[in-house]
Amino acid sequence: MSTERFRIGFLPLVDAALPILAQELGFAEAEGLALDLVRDVTWATVRDRLLYGHTDAAHMVAPLAIASALGRDRPPTAMAVPFVLGLNGNAITFSTALGEACGLGDTLGDPHTVGAALRSVAGTRRLRFGVVHRYSSHNYMLRYWLAGVGIRPDADVEIVVTSPPFAADALASGEVDGICVGEPWNSIAVDRGVGRIALATAQIWRRGVEKVLAMRADVAAERADATQRLIRALHAAAAHFVRPETAETNAAILARPAYLDAPADAILRAITDRIRLVQGGEPVHYPDFMFQHREAANFPWRSQAAWLYAQMTRWDGRGYDAGDAAIAAATFRPDLYRAALAGSGAVLPGASSKLEGALGEPIGAGSTQGRLMLGNDRFFDGRAFDPDDIPGYLAALP
Amino acid sequence: MRIAIIDTSETRAAIIADGLRDAGLDDQVVIDPAGPLARQIEACAPEVVLINLENPSRDLLEDFFAMSRVLGRPIAMFVDQSDAESALAAVDAGVSAYVVDGLARQRIKPVLDVAIRRFQAFSRLQAELAEAKTALADRQTIDRAKAILMRRRGIDEPAAYALLRGHAMQSNRRIAEVAEAIVTSEALMGDLP
Repeated sequence: MSTERFRIGFLPLVDAALPILAQELGFAEAEGLALDLVRDVTWATVRDRLLYGHTDAAHMVAPLAIASALGRDRPPTAMAVPFVLGLNGNAITFSTALGEACGLGDTLGDPHTVGAALRSVAGTRRLRFGVVHRYSSHNYMLRYWLAGVGIRPDADVEIVVTSPPFAADALASGEVDGICVGEPWNSIAVDRGVGRIALATAQIWRRGVEKVLAMRADVAAERADATQRLIRALHAAAAHFVRPETAETNAAILARPAYLDAPADAILRAITDRIRLVQGGEPVHYPDFMFQHREAANFPWRSQAAWLYAQMTRWDGRGYDAGDAAIAAATFRPDLYRAALAGSGAVLPGASSKLEGALGEPIGAGSTQGRLMLGNDRFFDGRAFDPDDIPGYLAALP
Repeated sequence: MRIAIIDTSETRAAIIADGLRDAGLDDQVVIDPAGPLARQIEACAPEVVLINLENPSRDLLEDFFAMSRVLGRPIAMFVDQSDAESALAAVDAGVSAYVVDGLARQRIKPVLDVAIRRFQAFSRLQAELAEAKTALADRQTIDRAKAILMRRRGIDEPAAYALLRGHAMQSNRRIAEVAEAIVTSEALMGDLP
């Protein structure tokens, strides 16, 4: 097997771990691949390099892959998401002043309680929150929570965009009162003493889809064999990544200047689900803070893409469109995932879509290979999302 | 046609502005990247925005354009989909262009062409500068290695240089590399008998 090169764009975030580890620990090499990792500082640049062929694949916020397929802000380009790089892993961090005003303690609060406190502060002054991109899960997760606790995004609070590496600076300078960003940037804000972590986004949606491996659909088709090998390499890296005894080595690799260029201890906290909420405080253990690999977490469920599309249409004012909904769902490619991992022993779900947010208890689910267990995937408000009835779901939301 | 230029490097912004002026595109505004981006763009109402790909404000800028507060019209990147070739050339050079939807391709093409050429000229300049810096550092290392050899072996400068060069040729390495090794080992073991 000859070595084939694959260029992969990424942003310095903990959930860029799988492509980085696949390259560093030889999982790519085992599949006859060499990965060239291309670092950027904005999602716009990661997307442009991918769309114009500078990279073959990218670590990307899931909604941006869907927005690119739908032609939001750009001419539409058919996209393929054959692999989910991780679930959750983000947090909402308040400025120190806002944290005090909301009475945040040194444990993770309940989303309803924190929300009620925030609502009373938002009634006295205009608050501003930063998210990492217009088309990011951070934007949708923050908005879902705010709306759910009776704070109208855009009307009662302002939501602006700030790049992850500058989120802590924006808090420090008072430019924003809160940020919703991935790790290690919340922890860096905490360690600098400019913010307090209010909630983990996993508290808003226990199994929220986060970063994905995004490709142009034509590249995925032309390089079908290499794409399959890449999926297998990432799957192997994911299995390694969730083994607790590998955490320290993984954190040290991610911390390198070429990758995250950030303190290894902040990264280690994120990947071991132990989050320091306030400067100098003891890390708090939240089991599902970052969720990788188990429960077939890397499987691209079409229903997750549908949920993101539902949020997109909820907030961008364009209204629901059945054609767009179909394009969004078809961007996620369970077929490519199954084809790559058939016969490998990996767990392969039988369905490609499911009811999201309906499980309170772990339950066995249908699979064509391996044994699939699905855990608690609830939204904080207890609503479930049926991908076959997006208009009905949207009508019932506040 | 008004063009706004946003660049983290003042030198590069000036180089691009010059190039556009040479091409007869005089209506330009150079945006201060440290200032409030949205307000500056709003104030100058450009038809084309040129920004470097590495600029950390790109996500912010897109959000701002998406809300169409500036021009009340949608914004598209580059010219349109059919011109993927010039889009790729621009990404290659490290430039990104935001163009008001509806602006004819033949009008934006010369702007993009100038920007691409200027970006490439700038990166050549940077590469040459880096090379010059390396050359200077190399010379300093070689001088230090010569001084060490002269002192430890009691030889003169030409002899020290000949020794360095001879060893480099024998071991198929650059003189600067051999010099570097001598300086390092002197730092570590210079006080040993």
